[in-house]
Amino acid sequence: MAVKLLLDKAHVEGIRTYEVYRREGGYRSVEKALKQMSPDAVTEEVKKSGLRGRGGAGFPAGMKWSFLAKPEGIPRHLVCNADESEPGTFKDRYLMEFLPHLLIEGLIVASYALGSNATYIYIRGEYAWIPDILEHAIEEAKANGFLGKNILGTGFDCEIYVQRGAGAYICGEETALIESLEGKRGNPRIKPPFPAVKGVWDRPTVVNNVETLAAVVPIINMGGEEYAKIGVGKSTGTKLISACGNINKPGVYEIDMTISVEEFIYSDEYCGGIANGKRLKACIPGGSSVPILPANLLLKTAKGETRYMNYESLSDGGFATGSMMGSGGFIVLDEDQCVVKNTYTLARFYRHESCGQCSPCREGTGWMEKILKKIDSGKGSKSDIDLLWDIQRKIEGNTICPLGDAAAWPVAAAIRHFRDEFEWHVNNPQECLTRNYGLAHYADPRPVAV
Amino acid sequence: MAEEKKLFKVTIDNITVDVEPGTTILNAARLIGGEVAPPAMCYYSKLKGSGGKCRTCLVEVAAGSTADPRPMPKLVASCRTTVMDGMIVKNITSERVIDARNGVVEFLLLNHPLDCPVCDQAGECHLQDLSYEHGKEGTRYEFNRRTFKKHDLGEYIQLHMTRCILCYRCVFTADQLTNKREHGVLDRGDHSEIATFIEKSLHNDFIGNVIDVCPVGALTDKTFRFKNRVWFTKPMDAHRDCPKCSGEVQLWMRGEEVYRVTARKDEWGEVKDTTDGKPGWICNECRFEKKEARDWVIEGPSHIDRHSVISQGHYEKLVTPKDTLPEVMGGRPPKLIMDIHDVSEVNRPEIKLSEIEGPAHSDDFNQ
Amino acid sequence: MITFSEERLNQVKKIVARYPEGKQKSALIPVLHLAQEEYGWLSAETMDYVASLLQLEPIEVYEVATFYSMFNLKPVGKYLFEVCQTGPCMISGADNIIDYIKQRLGISIGETTPDGLFTLKTVECLGACGYAPMMQLGKHFREHLTREKVDQIIENCRKEAGVLN
Ligand SMILES: Cc1cc2nc3c(=O)[nH]c(=O)nc-3n(C[C@H](O)[C@H](O)[C@H](O)COP(=O)(O)O)c2cc1C
Ligand code: SF4
Ligand code: SF4
Ligand code: FES
Ligand code: FES
Repeated sequence: MAVKLLLDKAHVEGIRTYEVYRREGGYRSVEKALKQMSPDAVTEEVKKSGLRGRGGAGFPAGMKWSFLAKPEGIPRHLVCNADESEPGTFKDRYLMEFLPHLLIEGLIVASYALGSNATYIYIRGEYAWIPDILEHAIEEAKANGFLGKNILGTGFDCEIYVQRGAGAYICGEETALIESLEGKRGNPRIKPPFPAVKGVWDRPTVVNNVETLAAVVPIINMGGEEYAKIGVGKSTGTKLISACGNINKPGVYEIDMTISVEEFIYSDEYCGGIANGKRLKACIPGGSSVPILPANLLLKTAKGETRYMNYESLSDGGFATGSMMGSGGFIVLDEDQCVVKNTYTLARFYRHESCGQCSPCREGTGWMEKILKKIDSGKGSKSDIDLLWDIQRKIEGNTICPLGDAAAWPVAAAIRHFRDEFEWHVNNPQECLTRNYGLAHYADPRPVAV
Repeated sequence: MAEEKKLFKVTIDNITVDVEPGTTILNAARLIGGEVAPPAMCYYSKLKGSGGKCRTCLVEVAAGSTADPRPMPKLVASCRTTVMDGMIVKNITSERVIDARNGVVEFLLLNHPLDCPVCDQAGECHLQDLSYEHGKEGTRYEFNRRTFKKHDLGEYIQLHMTRCILCYRCVFTADQLTNKREHGVLDRGDHSEIATFIEKSLHNDFIGNVIDVCPVGALTDKTFRFKNRVWFTKPMDAHRDCPKCSGEVQLWMRGEEVYRVTARKDEWGEVKDTTDGKPGWICNECRFEKKEARDWVIEGPSHIDRHSVISQGHYEKLVTPKDTLPEVMGGRPPKLIMDIHDVSEVNRPEIKLSEIEGPAHSDDFNQ
Repeated sequence: MITFSEERLNQVKKIVARYPEGKQKSALIPVLHLAQEEYGWLSAETMDYVASLLQLEPIEVYEVATFYSMFNLKPVGKYLFEVCQTGPCMISGADNIIDYIKQRLGISIGETTPDGLFTLKTVECLGACGYAPMMQLGKHFREHLTREKVDQIIENCRKEAGVLN
C-alpha cells in the first residue's frame, strides 16, 4: 500500500470544512511549530526532510528558506505559487479544491518559519472559483485563532491573501510572479538580485509551490528525518503526479517515489494502462517543457535498468536519453498520436506565453512554431528539421528566464528521438495529412495487451 | 587613515583592467574599448534598470573570481553582471559567444523590415552596425514579417514599430526624464509593441530624447527637414542659452541649413555628459523648434568616435570600421550580414546611393 | 461616465488594504477583474477609470491589461467559450470539439454570433489536462467535452439568456 501524506484525507466527506479537517488531525503542525519550535527549528526540520521544490526546478526547500535575507526592520514575505500553467500539470488545483485547509496550514507554518506576516497566494486567473474556496478556508482558520493577530497566543501575526492572475503562464516564473503581484506586466526580472534578497516590493521573499508548502505539514507532524525515510535518495517524501493523455484513468495521484514508471502507467492503482487497448508510444513525464521520451527509453533507461518515478531516475541519461521530474505533469501519448503535431502545439503554447522581453525567446519561439506547423502540414523540407534544431540550440541558455529553455527542450527532444517521424512528414507530404507515422522502432516494449 | 579602495582585476579577452567593485563586465570591457567591448543594444548607462533584454552582450565567464574560479555554466549578459576580483571573461575569444551572438543578431533581424534605404536612422543605426560586425550572411527566415497597426505619436516623433527591437530604452527614458509617461510596451510576446493604446501625441518636455536613445530607426524625428540621409549632413557642436536644458547640442547641417538637432553622443552612441558633467539630455524646444543657424552658437565640427557606417566617408577623421584586433580575432574580417539590396522588401536595387545626385531622400526610393 | 457602485468601491478598498501603504498598484489586476465582471470587457474609458481609482497613469493600466490573456479588450458575446487546444487536450480530441462548436454556432475562432450570445476562442492549457477536452465558460470549467455535452451547454446558455431577457 502506497504511503499517502497529502491526499490521505482527500476523500473524507466534508474535508473542505474546518470542522472536519480539524477533527481529522488538521492544524496540529501549527500548534507544534508555533508553540514548541523556533522559526529556525522549523526551517531545520524542512532541511532535514530533504523536501525538494515541487514547482518544477526541484530546489531543496529548506535551503531556499535559509537563504532568505533578514535585514532589521524590513518585512519579509512568503508567496505561494499557485499559477500552475505548465501543460500537463493540474495537481495544485486538486490540492486547493479538495484540501484547502492543508495548504493554509502549511502556509501558516512556513510563514512562521520565514517571519512573513503577510503571505500571498498567487493563483492563475483561470482557476476563478478556487479563490472563494481558499478565502473561505482562510476565514475559518482565522475564526479559530490560526490566523490573524497573536496566533494561538504566541504573539505571531499572520494574514494570508489570495491574488488572482489573469492569464499568463510566465507568471509562474517566480520573479514574473512577483512583478505581477506588484500590479505589473509579468516580465521576469533579471537576476541577481534574487527574491531572497529583493522580492516583492523589494523585500526579501520566498516563493514556493503549493505542493511544497502543503508538504510542510506532514514534515512538521512526523519530523524531517522520518519524512526523509520515505522515497529514495534525494527524492524524499511523496509527490503528486497529474496524469493525462491517452490513459484509462487520468487524474492526480500521490506516489512515493519508489514505484517504477511502468507500474505507474499500467497498474490499476494509477493510470490503469493505455486507453482503448492501444500501445504506448511516448510520454512527457514532467510537464510540457521536459524532454519527451519514446516508450523504450521511458520504461527502461539507456542502460537497460528499470526507470522509476523519481527525480534521479527520470533524469538518468541526461537530455540524451533521459528526461525530468519537472512539475509532475505526466502526459502519455498512444500509438495514434503524432509527435510532430504535439510538438507544434507545445511550440505554439510557448510562443503564446513568451513575455517578449528578450530577443531569442520572443523571436525564436514564433519561428519554431511556424516551422513546426509547416512540417506538420506536409510542407516542410529536410533542412527545416536542421534549422529547427539550430534555432532551439540558439535559444537555450541565452535568455533571461528559463521559459526560453522550456520552449527549446521539447523541440530538441522531439527531434532527437523522433527524427524519423519528422523526416517521414517531409518525405510523405500527402500521406502525413491522412495518417500518422505510428510506433516505429520506439515501440512499446511490453507485450500487446489482449 | 583614508581607506584605500580596493580595485578588482578583471581579464577580458586576455586583457586585464582594474575596475571599481560594482562595475559591470560591459563597462569594464568598454574601458579596454574596441572589439573587446560587447555590443549593447538595450543597455544604456544613463537609464536606470536598462539592459539584460537584447542578449547581444552575452559573454562567457571562464572563471568567476580568484576566490571561486569556477566558470559560469551559461553565458551571461555582460551589461547586468558585475565583475568579481580575478574574474576571467571571454568575449570575442569565445566560440560560444560568437555563435550565440550570431543567433541573437539573426533573431533581432528576423522581423526587421530591412528598409534601411528609406530609414532615417540608416548610417547611425546600431542594428546596422551590429549586423555588419556580428551577423551571418543571409536570412533563413522565410515567413512573412510581423506587421503592426500604425500609431501616430504626434507632430514631433515618428514611430516605425516594425523596426523596433523592444529594448525598452524609450520607456525608461519617458519614466525617468519626463513627468508623465504616456507610451509603453503593450501586448506581449512577439506581438509586443511600443504604443500609447489610445492615440496620443507625445510632447512632454523631454520626450524627444527617446529619439536619441532608440538604437534603431523606430523612433525618429518628424521635424528632420527634408528627410535627409545623415551622411549628407555635417554634425556640428553648438549651444544656446536654454532655460530648460543645457542647450548643448549637435546640429546636423548642410551648408547653412539646420536639418536636425540631437544631443551629443559618446563613442558608445549614448548621450554625452555636458561640459558641467550632467547627462546631456536636451529639451523638446532645442530639438524641435530651433532649426535656424542663428538660434545657435556654433562651436565647430563634432568629433565622432563611433566606428559605425556614419563615420565612413567622414569629414573630420576617416575611420574605416575599426580593425578587429587581429591577435584575438584570428584576422577574421567583419562580416556583412547580408546585402541589403537582396533582401529588403522596400528597396529598389537598381538605385545606387552613389548615383543619386545631391542628398538622397527617402522619396528617391518611393517612386 | 464609468463609475463603480458603492459595493464595488468597498471591494476595491478591501483589496488595496492587502498591500503595504503606497503599493496600491498591486491591486491593479484584481480591480481589472472587477471591472471586467461589471462591464464584460475593458474599454479605454474603463481602464482610465481604474487608473484614477488606483492613482496610476493610464499607460500603466494599458500595459498590464494588454499583457494578460484573460482581459477582453473588445466586447465579447454573453457566453465566451474558451476551448483549450494545447498538447494534452489536442491528443484527447480537442480539435474535433472545436470543429464541432464552430459548426454548431456557425462562427470561426475569434468571432461572435450575430445575436451577440456566443464568442468562440481557443486558449492554451488551462490546467484541466486530465479532464480533456475542456473549455472555460465564465467562472467555471466544462470538462470531458463530447458533442452531446456541447449541445447541452449551448442549449442551457440559450435557455438562460431567454429567461434573463
Ligand atoms: C516559465 C516558468 C513557469 C513556471 N511555472 C510555475 C508554476 O506554475 N508553478 C510553480 O510552482 N512553479 C513554477 N515555476 C517555477 C518557479 O519559478 C519557482 O521555481 C517555484 O515556484 C519555486 O517553488 P518550489 O521551490 O517550491 O518548487 C515556473 C518556472 C518557469 C521558468
Ligand atoms: S525567456 Fe521568454 S519569457 Fe523569459 S524573459 Fe525572455 S522573453 Fe520573457
Ligand atoms: S522604439 Fe526604439 S527605443 Fe523604444 S523599445 Fe523600440 S527600439 Fe527601443
Ligand atoms: S545590452 Fe546587455 S542584454 Fe542588451
Ligand atoms: S492542455 Fe488543455 S487543459 Fe491542459
